[in-house]
Amino acid sequence: MNTVAETRLTRPGSLEKNPRLSQWLRVHRDGTVSIYSGKVEIGQGILTALAQIAAEELGIAVERIRMVPADTAVSPDEGVTSGSLSIQDSGAALRRACAQARAVLLASAAARLAVSTRDVQVADGVVRAGGRSTSFWECADEALFDREIDDTAALRSPGDYRVVGKPTPRRDLPDKIAGQPRFIQDMALPGMLYGRIVRPPHNFAGLISLDDSKVKSMPGLAAIVRDGAFVGVLAEREDVAISVQRALRLAASWREADPPPRDVHAWLKEHAAEHRVISEKGNAGARSRATKTLEASFTKPYLSHASIGPSCAIARIDDGKLMVWSHSQGIFNLRRDLALALGMREDAVVVRHVEGAGCYGHNGADDAALDAALLARAAGGRPVQVQWMRDDEFAWAPCGPAMALNLRAALDAHGDIVDWEHELWSNGHSSRPGRGDSPALLAAWHLTSPHERPSAINMPLPAGAADRNAIPIYDFPNQRVVNHYVRAMPVRTSALRSLGAYANVFAIESFMDELAQAAGIDPIAFRLRHLKDPRGRAVMEAAARRAEWSRWKSTEGRGHGIGFARYKNMGAYCAAVAEVEVGRDVRVDRLILAVDVGLVINPDGVINQIEGGAIQSTSWTLKEQVKLGARGIASLGWEDYPILKFSEAPPVEVELASHPELPAVGAGEAAQGPTAAAIANAVAHALGLRVRDLPLTHERIAAAISQST
Amino acid sequence: MGERIQLTVNGAQREIEASSDTPLLYALRNDLALKGTRFGCGSGQCGACFVLIDGHPTPACDTPLWSVADKDIVTVEGLGAGGALHPLQTAFVAEQAAQCGYCTSGILISAAALLAKNPRPTEREVREALDRNLCRCGSHNRVVRAVLRAAQE
Repeated sequence: MNTVAETRLTRPGSLEKNPRLSQWLRVHRDGTVSIYSGKVEIGQGILTALAQIAAEELGIAVERIRMVPADTAVSPDEGVTSGSLSIQDSGAALRRACAQARAVLLASAAARLAVSTRDVQVADGVVRAGGRSTSFWECADEALFDREIDDTAALRSPGDYRVVGKPTPRRDLPDKIAGQPRFIQDMALPGMLYGRIVRPPHNFAGLISLDDSKVKSMPGLAAIVRDGAFVGVLAEREDVAISVQRALRLAASWREADPPPRDVHAWLKEHAAEHRVISEKGNAGARSRATKTLEASFTKPYLSHASIGPSCAIARIDDGKLMVWSHSQGIFNLRRDLALALGMREDAVVVRHVEGAGCYGHNGADDAALDAALLARAAGGRPVQVQWMRDDEFAWAPCGPAMALNLRAALDAHGDIVDWEHELWSNGHSSRPGRGDSPALLAAWHLTSPHERPSAINMPLPAGAADRNAIPIYDFPNQRVVNHYVRAMPVRTSALRSLGAYANVFAIESFMDELAQAAGIDPIAFRLRHLKDPRGRAVMEAAARRAEWSRWKSTEGRGHGIGFARYKNMGAYCAAVAEVEVGRDVRVDRLILAVDVGLVINPDGVINQIEGGAIQSTSWTLKEQVKLGARGIASLGWEDYPILKFSEAPPVEVELASHPELPAVGAGEAAQGPTAAAIANAVAHALGLRVRDLPLTHERIAAAISQST
Repeated sequence: MGERIQLTVNGAQREIEASSDTPLLYALRNDLALKGTRFGCGSGQCGACFVLIDGHPTPACDTPLWSVADKDIVTVEGLGAGGALHPLQTAFVAEQAAQCGYCTSGILISAAALLAKNPRPTEREVREALDRNLCRCGSHNRVVRAVLRAAQE
């Protein structure tokens, strides 16, 4: 898309919902500009990229930009910071808003200098004409921005970019590296009480009894709050809150819940509530050429977010108003469900975002906010900080859903795929707040008058959810893709980085290798003969070149593999090559990723996201699975849920395609599926046999070897 | 409710009033307002709360106050000399060696202990020294580059 075409688009990104210029920025007399975005920093560096976009269109130094933390009282409602959409949603809106702001400021400055806007020179906000000067800062007037955003102002051409496209240091990192308070966990308000929630670290169907006689007289205990099966502790000291929480857990008697199924993947296949054909095309002539048919089943376990910092929130109720500080990904949606759960009016609730530890999807952040609000009702106007403990997070935060997949395909005599079928079984991939009649917040389901727990749902295609990336990007004459939706949830599930794309791409790309092998064709050549999309071909070829794919020398126990996808079939392109060594365990020696995100806002930011995504996907693929026992989730600490260590993290090389003329898309989730597939294919290449069940642990490999002999 | 306990933190004598069983983590964060040492797991398995105790990286979350009364405690805030950043911190900024930054303090503590003992570590030695620290965002390689860079300077 060129810039001329783009200027004709009205209201891109989040402008549709937030059309006033004053919603997006304010210019200050001190030479700074406040930018209001509804998107939030979750460790991905978005505030830096958005500041670059704003500075670029305003034509000012990026240091002049102040990014205002998202706040329901002052920020535009941009929904949820998810789906690798912040650059598209907020970036596109800010680009247009800041271009118009610059035009408005220039007109005001020219009027002040009594000249035409054609006769002024402007640099970094200073406007000059005929020896006189003024500035954007002198012209700052709130009334100037009290107008609708339209498409009259010219956008800066990508060829002229000075800030966008340059590696830009993250604005939040200096504080974080210096150990300065920055996270919600670090906030300390005057008079703040420390709260903990007394939940058993397993499923339960109700609270039978709670004997608090032993802890009641504990010095420093401020209150024990009980509402139905919701129990919380307030204390003057944090260590006291923890001691009381632990004691009460032991003193409570819980009604047992139904155990989860023993074989989750078999259970999923038996419990689908809806069967939706999401893609179907037929060509009988091509199908009749089939000479060989392959079938395979793949599985992915439940995954935990496993952020290093468990969820946290602060709440204060004062004069009937609730103020909440949260690391939620969607502060407006959280506000809606808080009001619903607490029986308050939405306009009596304000939610302000404060940064938390790394967020990879819908974790416990929103739940902790309701926990804090419920305790704040008993705090007499004092603020309350609730910090989940490690086992709270593992036991109660939603998991990324388990999935089962069946694939079937037919080859003709030339080694071309003439028929393709893909079926998947999964719970929904989103149970985020703000979308249903009942609050999607944990504590709401445990109150004396409990709210109903909503089931996780799937967002519709083309982005999709369980079926994200289930429709192959390759060109097959016959194909059928079916999404079997399972509503009943033995384990609470919601969005985890890339949703269904991780499992779908793992399965599709594993199966492509199986078909290539059956056809006797090199895996990359095999993919290229089925792929027309030039940008897809380019990243695959770039990864192959960087990895010197064709010069691979096979040695005992070593293998290489490729994985490729375009995220959501409409976002970033990513091809990954993995080189592995299989001994007792799989060791990834090297990862090469080639990526095309269109226009790159912050090259180092994109590389950081791709490196991080690739390493996290390596961890999921080699090590991670939520363990289930009779009482639900049984992996409650790092000893039961190991993640990749420093000595296990592979070197990662990233190649970025340069397409400044193309729209910018997000990078945060592009690497998850391709990396998993590349590793699985490399393991199959090394072993000469395939493991189709994630994670690729020693036990899984040993089982695959024993089955094959 | 507590007793008076003397601690040596970042070279200064500090006195707090708390039970002697209180984990050091909460004394640092809440009594002394040193928030850079962070809670991660409460059982010494993630490294987010590492501090140096007599030079050894130690989880503050399961270290009771009574055990450190006569020890030298250094937190991330005290790594640099005279309020300046430690060379490791400068290198972390230069390498943009973080994503969320939550695990960073504990990693800096482990790295500082390594460099004090072994000023010119190999990459492998750096990785092994950091194996007790978990990072979820996948910043491992940037962190290793930053530690090696600090060792060069």
